[in-house]
Amino acid sequence: MSDSSTKSGASRRAFLKGAAATGAAFGATGAARAEGDPLITEVQYWAAGLGDGVDATPYGMPIEFEDHVIRRNVEWLTADTISSINFTPIHALDGTITPQGCAFERHHSGAITLKKEDYRLMINGLVDTPLVFSYADLERFPRVTRTFFLECAANTGMEWAGAQLNGAQYTHGMIHNMEYTGVTLRTLLEEAGLDAAGDLAGKWVYVEGADASSNGRSIPMEKALDDCLVAFKANGEALRMEHGYPVRLVVPGWEGNMWVKWLRRIEVMDAPVESREETSKYTDTMADGTSRKWTWTMDAKSIITSPSPQMPITHGKGPLVITGLAWSGNGAITAVDVSLDGGVTWQEARLAEPGKPMALSRFYLDIDWDGSEMFLQSRAVDDTGYVQPTKTQLREVRGLNSIYHNNGIQTWHVNAEGEANNVEVS
Amino acid sequence: MSKFPKFLMATALATLTAAPAMAEKLGLGRAATEAEVAAWDLDVFPDGSNLPEGSGDVLTGEEVFADNCAVCHGDFAEGIDNWPKLAGGDDTLADEDPLKTVGSYWPYLSTTFDYVRRSMPFGDAQSLSNDDVYAIVAYILYSNYLVEDDFTLSKDTFLDVEMPNADGFFVDDRPETEYPVFTERCMEDCKPGAVEITKTVVFKGDPNAGASADEIETTAPSTTDEATAPSADDAAPVAVAFDADLADDGEKVFKKCKACHKVGEGAKNGVGPSLNDVWERTAGTVDGFKYSKPMSAAGEDGLVWDTETLSGYLANPRKYLKGNKMTFAGLKKDADIEAVLEFLKSHSQ
Repeated sequence: MSDSSTKSGASRRAFLKGAAATGAAFGATGAARAEGDPLITEVQYWAAGLGDGVDATPYGMPIEFEDHVIRRNVEWLTADTISSINFTPIHALDGTITPQGCAFERHHSGAITLKKEDYRLMINGLVDTPLVFSYADLERFPRVTRTFFLECAANTGMEWAGAQLNGAQYTHGMIHNMEYTGVTLRTLLEEAGLDAAGDLAGKWVYVEGADASSNGRSIPMEKALDDCLVAFKANGEALRMEHGYPVRLVVPGWEGNMWVKWLRRIEVMDAPVESREETSKYTDTMADGTSRKWTWTMDAKSIITSPSPQMPITHGKGPLVITGLAWSGNGAITAVDVSLDGGVTWQEARLAEPGKPMALSRFYLDIDWDGSEMFLQSRAVDDTGYVQPTKTQLREVRGLNSIYHNNGIQTWHVNAEGEANNVEVS
Repeated sequence: MSKFPKFLMATALATLTAAPAMAEKLGLGRAATEAEVAAWDLDVFPDGSNLPEGSGDVLTGEEVFADNCAVCHGDFAEGIDNWPKLAGGDDTLADEDPLKTVGSYWPYLSTTFDYVRRSMPFGDAQSLSNDDVYAIVAYILYSNYLVEDDFTLSKDTFLDVEMPNADGFFVDDRPETEYPVFTERCMEDCKPGAVEITKTVVFKGDPNAGASADEIETTAPSTTDEATAPSADDAAPVAVAFDADLADDGEKVFKKCKACHKVGEGAKNGVGPSLNDVWERTAGTVDGFKYSKPMSAAGEDGLVWDTETLSGYLANPRKYLKGNKMTFAGLKKDADIEAVLEFLKSHSQ
């Protein structure tokens, strides 16, 4: 920012403050209504002067007034930010596509800087010809573009034991939804040739990243050939480094840990590796101490993003938009129900558009709020007939020791002032 | 095929209508060489296949562990701060707060070997020899009372080790235990009477309890830029002169350090002390950091960090100051040392 623009920025801010103060006074008294709103009756600087030229920001960022809409970390959750997680500000977003710049990050050994020129992808194991692709090679395969959500298996994991964190961002923000462009994993496997693997039933692929953690995961061949993508673009532009630039794996509907970033190797195998990430982590311990493994699918789930603890109702009683997100790793969302009374009665919300398989759906419920307290809940239904369970239902099956795959119904208690808090109800 | 969930089989091959049909191979890419495959294909399977040559015993492992792992995982694999505990937790898996360690939870020894060889030590992965990896794994087993102190781990003894929780896992059964149950879509009178709050939120405010969003918004956006840029009329602390280009190179080298050391605005102590203002600071004097005895003693004896002392220390930390707790092998290239010193200067006043 040049000196002159800094200066004009400062004076603009001062002016704006004055205008805002006047506006507030006007709105509050109503007595001045005869004279009219100075934001309308007086010529404002933005209506008289000039704005920024076209090259002021060659790659644009959100305007400064939106600078609170950012990923946030919870410092004490992990030992270090290098192997850690942060949360998408889902409370402040609308629609279904998550902008890359605020889509949550999860690293096991930090986000690495890997140039396209230095990128190599190897396919080996039970294939006819072990191959190495450059980034440029990948761009020459037939391409597809599809939209999918990515949810960390640990999303909402803090909430197993009770209501822990106060905000949709923190309870449900380990999710994003992007439009990916890339090559199907099937295309690449067939280029290497699968005759050597023989009967494909019961075969696996192992995928690993180029970073120090490598984060290897074993994926059944059926899934690998079904809908996985080797992606190099998200929302139309290159992946961000924190999401695996230049190339990541997309495993639709399955836990985010399998979406290996900086994908460097795909191995065809006749057995799973049983890597750290699929044994010591990402397994679900039951009440009796035994643990489920290979719990890859993210079941149907939903969350009211507003009102929510970070998005209180500030306008008092009257028209209120209740909105949120729903998704299912088993298919498309067909309906979302909302309860205002903690699950005694439910009404069907309006989907912004018909649900797409393994992608986020946006829902709205428009109500006339009478100012009384509410226990807001949402409940997703997918095209397999699965109905999102309550936390109690999940605990009955799994006990309290699980960390991952908590897709229980969330409750926000909204009081008469419009403040919302994370609670559990009877 | 029974090991795959049924729903998966049903959906396989049924989708991807928008995908291009594969006619024939495109001839893209090139054949991988044997050396390339060997360099990357490190995975070790539960049956021990693909294990490398080599061996390591418990006593060697204790030393290698102390040098490379103990700074985060503790001398006895008990874990420091939030870093993972590798030992203990026997018979806790059904408890309210299970302790999951290599001994109490990990089903396969191959997983431990594979992970240590690929990804540890944190920040210096793949720096250990296969013998060292065998030794470390032997020591972790010993810490969990799974082998005796005369045990040597190698390809030949690998399958002799019994992992206590090997039978503690079962394949995802949600399609049988949950999906048929979670189908009721009640719309009215779903609960008897009005609901009551049974649990209130534990962390009511911002979980980080830092500056609130409002505070951030009302701060002039340019403040941060001004604070980090060297300013001529900021007379009080005189910044150490440094070569900006070289410092940029040093920032890249510093990636090796930053798992343990923080630097920059608000940098706190981590596994290692904050390195803000390290330049010409007396060794062992950062507030709130627990130094090793040798490091504190060196400071008391007058060790001050400058070009000469830091160059010596970073070239070979353990040799330079015996018994200090920094588990870093050292920077081999002089150019890297020079660059990282410049980077540290840029964060000193």
